[in-house]
Amino acid sequence: MAETTTSSAPIAAAFARARAERRVALIPYVMAGYPDEASSEAIAVALGQAGADVIELGVPFTDPLADGATIQHASQRALEQGMSARRALALAGRIHAQIATPLVLMGYYNPILNIGLERFCADAASAGVAGLIVPDLPPEESEPLRSAAATHNIELIFLVTPTSPDTRIAQVAQVAQAASKTGGGFIYCVSLSGVTGARDQLPDTLPAFIARVRAQISLPLAIGFSVSKPAHIAQIGQIADGAVVASALINAVDAATPAERVATAVSFLRGLQSSAGLE
Amino acid sequence: MSQQTDAPASATYQHAIYPDARGRFGEFGGRFVPESLMSALDELEREFNRALKDDAFLTELRLQERTYSGRPTPLYFAPRLSQRVGARVYLKREDLAHTGAHKINNALGQGLLAQRMGKRRVIAETGAGQHGVATATIAAKLGMQCVVYMGEEDIRRQSLNVFRMKLLGAEVRPVSSGSRTLKDATNEAMRDWVTNVANTFYIIGSAVGPHPYPQMVRAFQSVIGQEARAQIQEAEGRLPDLIIACVGGGSNAIGIFYPFAGDASVRLVGVEAGGDGVTTGRHSATLVAGRPGVLHGAMSYLLQDDDGQVIETHSISAGLDYPGVGPEHSYLKATGRATYASADDAAALRAFQTLCADEGIIPALESSHAVAHLLALGERGDLRDDQVVIVNLSGRGDKDINTVADALGVSLT
Repeated sequence: MAETTTSSAPIAAAFARARAERRVALIPYVMAGYPDEASSEAIAVALGQAGADVIELGVPFTDPLADGATIQHASQRALEQGMSARRALALAGRIHAQIATPLVLMGYYNPILNIGLERFCADAASAGVAGLIVPDLPPEESEPLRSAAATHNIELIFLVTPTSPDTRIAQVAQVAQAASKTGGGFIYCVSLSGVTGARDQLPDTLPAFIARVRAQISLPLAIGFSVSKPAHIAQIGQIADGAVVASALINAVDAATPAERVATAVSFLRGLQSSAGLE
Repeated sequence: MSQQTDAPASATYQHAIYPDARGRFGEFGGRFVPESLMSALDELEREFNRALKDDAFLTELRLQERTYSGRPTPLYFAPRLSQRVGARVYLKREDLAHTGAHKINNALGQGLLAQRMGKRRVIAETGAGQHGVATATIAAKLGMQCVVYMGEEDIRRQSLNVFRMKLLGAEVRPVSSGSRTLKDATNEAMRDWVTNVANTFYIIGSAVGPHPYPQMVRAFQSVIGQEARAQIQEAEGRLPDLIIACVGGGSNAIGIFYPFAGDASVRLVGVEAGGDGVTTGRHSATLVAGRPGVLHGAMSYLLQDDDGQVIETHSISAGLDYPGVGPEHSYLKATGRATYASADDAAALRAFQTLCADEGIIPALESSHAVAHLLALGERGDLRDDQVVIVNLSGRGDKDINTVADALGVSLT
């Protein structure tokens, strides 16, 4: 685990370490400000300490149109309790001060645009943010944010979906590779045509889709949307490099009493880790 | 600023070249959507452009506009309203189109396009219910499955239209997130489209959304302005001095503005919903009081707070109760080619009553905002007897009777 790689390309280092340890990189998602600000901080820190490879920190937005009911609700509650894009950046900074786990922000474009692309990226970099996922910003519209992110050594992470034809996957590959100064990001593979949400099964078409992506993209591939349980992690281990778990983790924490939230999140991660090892 | 300048800004307004290849009107528009929808939008753009060059498609569209929608709609000279405001006032009678509003123009066009693309399921968002009714109507006519998303708050205030949609065979799905109005119904329709993109055509009801929707809606609504242009030439032998239309997302406005956009002598005024008053924060006057942002797939003016979160809007008219606006209107504002004003709930209600009493026409509350602006110009003495004004009467007010009775303190039970 080369420290120099970690500081210049923390996401790449995290994936490289998981690969060296022959396991799927686990990327839990925590919504900033949900169930409340202090809990989201405590949960993210505990997940980092428990060995999460990357942590995705959600930035709430009033109109999260790529999200299903769980994240919509978390987003709405976070906003009602005063969370904002600026506060999420500050929260990221506090989390980063406590754990070395790379932080990736996931948020919609308008709050970022509102702060200003350059300002947002500068503040995110100061907070120790390593990457940025913007679900409503396709490659065609991404140039302004791409340059701002590159200036501050933040990886802009692109999404591909089963509805992306090979020509678009090629386009994403080109843009993502060019955007990554350090070659240190990953590709977010959306498992199905749909919104975020925990589902019982991963789609049967997933291996064929991932094979199409792998044929064109050399960056690490993480699979998200639907991923909800250890068996999914084992399936993902057969075909990809990482897994993003969001709604299922939120649901687990929702079901816990306030005093047990942190322990519940950690035990949920441990459950996934038990299936993350490769044969 | 642009509100005060009188006209010649058309020198900088290049209506013929926009949207460009990236779906932009100047800096506005574009395609800010999840990756899942990108290839569907590419396909839609291709098929739309092919359809517009296909004589068979255009012939069918014109035939159905004439025999099904009841086009052309009349351009009516309103004598008593003219006398009241001191100008020669014409009303473009979209209220007389099938289903009671201009919305049918777009639903018919997109419905025929969906049919051409082999889609068997259509979805729509609706605010006042007029676009939902128009989409349900076209789906019934073309034998397609139809799902309409509608905010719970709008379902409450537009129960008549909800029943109409159900009679027409559509499933109306209530949306309980956020402000439970048009914005949230649009989010939910987009989520449905992301999920069912392979077999579903999303019929967006206004000149909003990702490219090519604003262009497509403009194309299908421009029939309003094309007819009005010929009709006013016949009635007056010249172009109008002023065109007034209400603006929520802006489809009736772009429909009547666009064919006149190259005529610098024709002033174009869009009227937004002032709600309780633009200074109260409870309104839907996006172009008057908002700033650029990204919502529902396009860069355009947006009502948002200091953090870039979208603000909950208010209007007495459900159809204008929306925090965004079509990107071409943002461009028209930026270039000064059109100007935008607002009329508050009380003014719209007075205009509603005035048109009933003066002309025997019950207008939609949406359209009443355009009439309210005309009345305000008349009261301020800003009009002259020899000026020719067209007000786009985008819809009829039957659907609003309960809301109006409520506002006037009348019990109908």
